[in-house]
Amino acid sequence: MSVSEGYRLTGELFIDPNRCIGCRACEEACSECPGHGGHTMIHLDFLERATSVQTAPTVCMHCEDPACASVCPADAIKVDPDGVVLTAMAERCIGCGNCVLACPFGVPELHAARDLMMKCDLCYDRTSVDLKPMCATVCPSGALFFGTREEVEDLRSARSLNVFEFGDEVVRTKNHLMVPAHTRVLAVTPTERPPRTPAEQHLEEALC
Amino acid sequence: MARLPAPAEALADAFGPHLSYEPPGGFAARAAPDRKVNTHCCFCGQQCGVTLLVKDERVVGIEPWEEFPFNQGKLCPKGIKRYLQNNHPDRLLHPLVRTGRGFGRIPWDEALDLVAERVGRLQARYGRDSVAVLSGASLTNEKAYLMGKFARLAVGTRHVDYNGRLCMVAAGAGNLRAFGIDRAANPWADIVSTDLVMVLGSNVSECSPITTDYIWRARDRGAKLVVVDPRLTPIARTADLYLPVRPGRDSALMNAILHAVIRLGGVDHDFVERHTTGFDEVRALVERYAPETVEQLVGIPARRIVEAAELWVQAPRTMLLHARGIEHHTKGVENVLACINLVLATGKIGKPGSGYATITGQGNGQGAREQGQRCNQLPGARDIENPAHRAEVAAAWSVAESALPGKGATAPEIVEMIHRGEIRGLVSICFNPLVSLPDATFTQEALERLDFFVAIDFFLSETARHADLVLPGSLHEEDEGTVTSTEGRVIRIRKAVDPPGEARADWRIICDLARRLGKGHQFDFHSPSHIFAELTRVSRGGVADYSGITYEKIERQMGVFWPCPDADHPGTPRLFEGGRFHHPDGRARFHAVEYRPPAEDVDADYPIILTTGRVVSQFLSGTQTRRIGPLVDQYPEPKVELHPKLAGRLGVCDGDRVRVSSRRGHLDLAAHVVATIRPDTVFIPYHWPGERSANRLTLRAYDPIAGIPEFKVAAVRIERLPA
Repeated sequence: MSVSEGYRLTGELFIDPNRCIGCRACEEACSECPGHGGHTMIHLDFLERATSVQTAPTVCMHCEDPACASVCPADAIKVDPDGVVLTAMAERCIGCGNCVLACPFGVPELHAARDLMMKCDLCYDRTSVDLKPMCATVCPSGALFFGTREEVEDLRSARSLNVFEFGDEVVRTKNHLMVPAHTRVLAVTPTERPPRTPAEQHLEEALC
Repeated sequence: MARLPAPAEALADAFGPHLSYEPPGGFAARAAPDRKVNTHCCFCGQQCGVTLLVKDERVVGIEPWEEFPFNQGKLCPKGIKRYLQNNHPDRLLHPLVRTGRGFGRIPWDEALDLVAERVGRLQARYGRDSVAVLSGASLTNEKAYLMGKFARLAVGTRHVDYNGRLCMVAAGAGNLRAFGIDRAANPWADIVSTDLVMVLGSNVSECSPITTDYIWRARDRGAKLVVVDPRLTPIARTADLYLPVRPGRDSALMNAILHAVIRLGGVDHDFVERHTTGFDEVRALVERYAPETVEQLVGIPARRIVEAAELWVQAPRTMLLHARGIEHHTKGVENVLACINLVLATGKIGKPGSGYATITGQGNGQGAREQGQRCNQLPGARDIENPAHRAEVAAAWSVAESALPGKGATAPEIVEMIHRGEIRGLVSICFNPLVSLPDATFTQEALERLDFFVAIDFFLSETARHADLVLPGSLHEEDEGTVTSTEGRVIRIRKAVDPPGEARADWRIICDLARRLGKGHQFDFHSPSHIFAELTRVSRGGVADYSGITYEKIERQMGVFWPCPDADHPGTPRLFEGGRFHHPDGRARFHAVEYRPPAEDVDADYPIILTTGRVVSQFLSGTQTRRIGPLVDQYPEPKVELHPKLAGRLGVCDGDRVRVSSRRGHLDLAAHVVATIRPDTVFIPYHWPGERSANRLTLRAYDPIAGIPEFKVAAVRIERLPA
C-alpha cells in the first residue's frame, strides 16, 4: 500500500441500516477499486427476506482490539497507526480462516483463489488523496457515510455508536453504527427476528 | 417480412445478450485514465452526474462526480456499472441487412438507399401514413427534436410516437390539465425542507434511488413519511404511515383522503378562491368517498386513511410525489388529477418545501416529451391540434402549416395498426416494444406483419431482431447533447469516446436518412449544438420554453430549469410561486374524478391481481442492463412475488416453480414468498423477453386520454408446477 508521507486518516465510516435500501451500490462501487480485482470488500445482507425488506451492509468495523488479528497464527493482520485493521499481508497469510471464524461481525472472507484473507481497509488509496471511500460516496440513501462524528451528527437525527456487547465481551470499533438517540451500548443478542416496523403492521391490516 | 431471420438461439449466439464483467484492460486500467469526462447516467430520469474514465479511447470505469448538485456523487448500481456497455461484445459495429440465414453486413450507402427506396415504395402504394416512426425517451433533447421533425417533414407521416407513452404521458396529461404546464412543480431541494413527504406508487428505493436520500434528509429534520403502494418497498418499510392500496383503486383512495381533509377543516379556502377553479364539483364528489365507505374497495382500514389526512393537514409544508404505480392505469390521468386535487385544496404548492412532482422514469423522460416526437405534440410541448401552435412551428420550419401532418396514433396504437395491416413500414430508434408493451404475443405478431422495418440501435434488441435493416447508432457516451432531468433541469451529456467500428452518431444517421428522402435542406445540421440552437429557437413562446438556454449556460449553472425564455433569465426551479398557474386565467383547475374499476378485474377464473414493475439492478426492457454481468447477477431471472397467505392457499413454497396465467398467456417462473406484498396481489418485474416476459400476461387496455397501458392491474391465476 502506498500512502502519502505523513497522511493521517481523519474520517470514519458510519453505517445506518435503517436507511439501507438493498440496492448493492456499495458492493458494485467497492468492486471498482483497482486493487480489488472486481471483488467487493463490503457485503449486503437481507436480514430475513421472507418477512421484511430490511437489508444492511456488512463491512469491517475496525475493532480497537481486533479478534481477527489476535487469532492469526501467522501474525498477518496488522493495525496501522490510524486504527485501520488491514487486509492480511499476502506474504504471511496462510489462508487458515481463523480470522473468518473469530470476527464477531462476520466480516473477513477467505479468497480461495488467492488463498488470502481480504477485507476493507477504509480505502487508503482514496482517502490519502482526499477522496471518500467509494461505498460511502455512492450510497444513494446515505446508509453509508464517511466523515467525522461531528459531521454526521450535525446532519442526522440518529446518533453514532461504536461500543458493542457480545455477551460479556465488549468490542469497541473505529467505525460506527447509526442508532436511535440515547443508545449508548448495543447488546448484540440472537433474536427471533427484528421488531416489526409500523409499516409492516399497517400491511397486516390490509383488507383483502 | 419481419419474422426472425434465424432461430432465436442463433441470434442470441451472435448478438447476445452476453454478459460483460470487466473493463477493457481489466480493473487496473481505471487507476490511470487518460481523461475524465463529467456527464450523466444513461439510465433513469434522476440523471445523476457521473464521471467517465477514458483510457486508450475506451470507457474503462466511472468515478463519482461529487460537484454535481443533484446527486453529489451518489449513484445506484446501474450508474456504477453502466460503463460495461461500452466495448461490449454485442455492440453493433456495422449496418446489417436480413439475409436468408440471419443478418449480413451491408455498406452504409446501400443501407441508407434501401431505407429511402422501401419507405418510398410503401408510401407510394399505401399513402404517407403507412410508415410509422417509433422513438424513445432515453434520447437527448436534440435527438428527440430531430425525430419529430424527421417523421413529420422527411417521412411525412403523422404516426410518430415514443416509448414515453409507457411512462410519462398520464402524469403529463394530468399536469397539463390541472396546471397548464407539464413539469415537476418543485426542485428536489424542496423535498429536504418539507414537513411531510407523501409518495404514491413509486418504488423510490429501486426506481429512483437517489430520491431516497432527499426523503431521509427531510426526515432528519423531523418530516413525516407516508407511502402508498401495494408492496412494502424499502422506502415504505420505515414510513410513519404505509397505506397498502389495492391495485387500481388509487383515485378512490385519494378522494377519500380529500374527504377526510375537508372534514378536518384542512382546506385553504383563500388559496382555492384566489388561485383555482372547479373546487365545488370536487367537494360535492368526494362527499361520497367517506373513508368508511371506501375502505373495503381500496383495501385499507378507514382509520389509516384518516390518519393520512391528519398528517397532511398537520404538516405546514408537504411534498406529494408519484410515479408509474398510479399512472400505469386505464385511469392514470384521473389518478394524477385526484392527487393534484389534494395539493390544490390545501394550497400546498408553489412555495419552498411545498409542492408536487411526478418522478420521471426514463433518462430524458421530461425533455423527450417536450421536443415534438409525441403523436399529439410539436416542439416546445405545443399542441399539434392547436392552429396557433401549428402555425408557429410551421413558420419556424419554413413550411406551410398544411404541410404539417395532424395528430397520429400512440405507440401502442401504432402496433395495433401494424397488426391490422394499416401501417406497413416502421422506422424505430431506442425502443424495444417486444419487451415493454403489454400483451407481448400480440406485439410479436404485429412485428412479423411489417413489410419493412428499419431499426437504429446499438445492440440488437429483441425487437430489432425482427428488422429488415439494422443501423448501428450511438451509445449515450458517444455523443454530445442535453437532457432534462426529473426536476425540469436541462443538463449536458458530454461525449467521452467516438462510436466504434462503423457505428455513427444517431443524429447523423437521421440527417442522412432525411437527405435520402429528399429533405436534406431541412436537416442540414453539423453538430448537436447546431440542433440545440434550432430547438431552443423553435421552443420560443411554447409551453416548454428553452430559448434562453445554451450549452455554456448549462455548464456554468450546473443545469438550467426551464422555462427559460431569454438569455438573461436564470431559469425557473420552482413553478407556481404566488399561486400563478399556466392556464390563460392564471388559475389551476380542479377535476372531479369519479372512481372507475380497472379494465380487467379479478373473478373466479382469474382471482389474483398481477402488478408489474422494476428491480433496482435492471432498467426498462433490459436492452442495456441484461448485458451487464454484475447487474444480471443481482437479479438474474424474474420471480413472482406473493404473500405467504396466498402461497399457503395455493400450496406453494418459496422457490417452487409456478405457472402464472392470464387471458393473454402464461409464464412459468419461481415463486418468491414474502410477507411484503398485499395477500391479494402478486408482482413480477418486466425486464425480460420471451418466456420470461411479464408482458405476456398484461393486457392491451389504455387510458382514454393519455394512451398509457394498464401495466399495474391484470387478473391472473397461479398453479404450482410439478417439481
